Amino acid sequence: MSTTTDLASRTQAPTSGGGGIRQSVTDSLVIAQRNLLRMLRIPEMIIFGLIQPIMFVVLFSYVFGGSINIPGAGLDPDAYREFLMAGIFAQTVTFATAGAGAGIAEDMHKGLIDRFRSLPMTRGAVLTGRTLADLVQTTLTLVVLAIVALLVGWRAHEGVLKALAGFGLLLLLGYAFTWIGALIGLSVRTPEAATSGGLIWLFPLTFISIAFVPSENMPSFLQHVAEWNPFSATVLAARELFGNLPAGYQAPDAWPMQNPALASLLWSALIIVVFRTLAVRKYRSAG
Amino acid sequence: MPGAIHAEGLVKTFGDVRALDGVDLDVPEGTVLGLLGPNGAGKTTTVRVLTTLLRPDSGRAVVAGIDVLAQPHQVRRSIGLSGQFAAVDEYLTGRENLRMVGRLYQMSARDAKRRADELLERFNLADAADRIAKTYSGGMRRRLDLAAALVVSPPVMFMDEPTTGLDPRNRQALWEVIEELVSGGTTLLLTTQYLEEADRLAHDIAVVDHGKVIARGTSDELKARIGGERIEVVVHDRDTIRTAEEVLRGLGRGAVAIEEHTRKLTVPVVGGAKLLAEAIRELDGRGVEIDDVGLRRPTLDDVFISLTGHAPEEATGGGEDTESSRETTGRKEPVK
Repeated sequence: MSTTTDLASRTQAPTSGGGGIRQSVTDSLVIAQRNLLRMLRIPEMIIFGLIQPIMFVVLFSYVFGGSINIPGAGLDPDAYREFLMAGIFAQTVTFATAGAGAGIAEDMHKGLIDRFRSLPMTRGAVLTGRTLADLVQTTLTLVVLAIVALLVGWRAHEGVLKALAGFGLLLLLGYAFTWIGALIGLSVRTPEAATSGGLIWLFPLTFISIAFVPSENMPSFLQHVAEWNPFSATVLAARELFGNLPAGYQAPDAWPMQNPALASLLWSALIIVVFRTLAVRKYRSAG
Repeated sequence: MPGAIHAEGLVKTFGDVRALDGVDLDVPEGTVLGLLGPNGAGKTTTVRVLTTLLRPDSGRAVVAGIDVLAQPHQVRRSIGLSGQFAAVDEYLTGRENLRMVGRLYQMSARDAKRRADELLERFNLADAADRIAKTYSGGMRRRLDLAAALVVSPPVMFMDEPTTGLDPRNRQALWEVIEELVSGGTTLLLTTQYLEEADRLAHDIAVVDHGKVIARGTSDELKARIGGERIEVVVHDRDTIRTAEEVLRGLGRGAVAIEEHTRKLTVPVVGGAKLLAEAIRELDGRGVEIDDVGLRRPTLDDVFISLTGHAPEEATGGGEDTESSRETTGRKEPVK
C-alpha cells in the first residue's frame, strides 16, 4: 500500500510562461488526439457520416440526373454526374459543422469544458483540437466518398495536382465551417440542439448555391445569393480543378464566379478569422 | 498574512438572483475549509470563482498567493479541481484521461505517463486502467476524477461535493483518500451538504446560505454556539418520568426537556462523563429503569438548523416543528 508521500510528492507543473506557440500546438494536438480516440470508439458516428453523402450521390445522379439542365451540356445524366460531385463533396465537408457543434456542446454538458478551463492550457486549444479532429474525420469521409464517386463514373480530368488542390479547397471550407459549429456548440444548452442548430441553416445554404443546380435556372434574386454564396465559389473552383465543367460552360458574371479559387480561399479565411475569434471569446467566458 | 485561499466581498448575480452576496473566506495554508450549505446557497458559484471559471461582479480573490482575477492562467497551475461539475471523458480509458490531463499541465509525455500509472495504482484503478471510463462504477469515476485533479499535486485543491451520490462504503473510502492528501500539506476547500463530511474532514467550517457566509469556526466552536453537552435518558416506564426529571434537574444546568411519548429526557450539563455516571447511579438508586442513556453533543445539523432555520438538505427555509418536546419549569409534583 502506498504512503502519504505518493500524493504529497510535488510533481509541479512546469512554470514556463503561459501561452507560446509551442504550447498552443501541443495543447491542440493533445485535444485533437482525444477527440479522434472518441470518434474511433463511437464508430456509428463515422458510419452515419458516410451513409448520407453516399445516398446523396446515388439519389441525385440517378433520380435528378436526367432532369437538370446544365449550361453547355443540356439534359445529360453523365454531364450532371460530373457536375454534381463537387457539390456533394462540398455539402459533405460542411456537414462536419454539426459534429463539431454537438461534440463541444456535449463537453460543456458533461463538465469537460470546465475541467479544461481549470487547467493551464492555452486559450482556444480545446476548440482548435476539436476542429482539427473534425478535419481528420472529414478527410477520411471525403476519401471514401471520392472512391464511391469514381465507382459511379465520376473522374477528375486535370491531373492529380489540380485534383488535390480541389480537395484542399473543399477541406479548407469544411474546416472553416467547423468553427461556426464550435460557436453554435458553445451557445446552446444541449448536444441535441447543437446538432439541429448546426444543420438547419446548412440546407438553404447548400441548396441556394450552384452545388446541385446551376444558378442560371434560379429566379434572379436567388441567382445573386447563389453566386455570392461561399459555398458556390468553392464548388465552382473544385469543378474547374477537377475538369468537371462542360466544354461550353460560361461562368456567371459575379466576381466570385469569375475568380472562384481566390474567392473560395478568401471566404474560408474570413469565416475562420471571424468565427474563431467569436468562439474563443465565448469559450473563455463560458460558465 | 492572507492564507492559501483568500476571498473578499465576492458578489455574483445571475439575472436577479444574487448567487454570491459578499462572500469572505480565508483558508490558511495546509488546512481544510468546509463550505457547508444547502443547494443553491452559493457553494458551487464560490468554487467556480476561485478556480477562474467564473468572473465575479465584484470582490477580489487570491489563491496560492496569486490574484485570481488578474492572473487566472498562473492560478490554474497551482490548483486542482474535482467534484460534481469537473468531469472525465467517458470514452477515454482511465489511463488516457490522466495522461491527457498531465499533458495539458505541460508535462512531457513520459512524465504524464509515469504520473498516470502512479495515480492509477494509488486510487485502486490499475485493473480498470485500460477500460473506458463509461464502464466505471460511480465510485471509480469519482476516484478517477479526483486523480485527474491531483496530476500535478497542486498546493491548493477544490472539491465540490466530492461524495454526493456515493454509497457509504465509497464515501468512506474517498474520505480516507482526502485525509491522506491533506496530511501531505495540501490546502483544501471542500463544499458539502453533508454535515458529517464537514465534521470529519474540515478544520474550519463556513456555513453559507443565500450567498453569504452566516457563520464560521471550527466544528466544536459552531457546536458550542448552541450549547454544550447534554445527558439524554430514555426511561422504561412512563410513570418514572417525574423521578428521572428530578434527578436530572439536580445534576444539570438548566431546564429538563421532556418528550412524553418517547419517554425521553434531556438536560444540558457541564462535566460530561462523570455526571453521566452519577446520573445512572442515582436513577438506579431511585428505582428508575432505563432503556437508553447517553451523553449527547450537538451535531452540525443542530447548528445548521439553529443558524438558518432550516435543515441543510432543503433548498428553502421551512420551520422545523418536528419535535414535540417541551421545556418543563420544574414545578410539577415529583412522583415517589
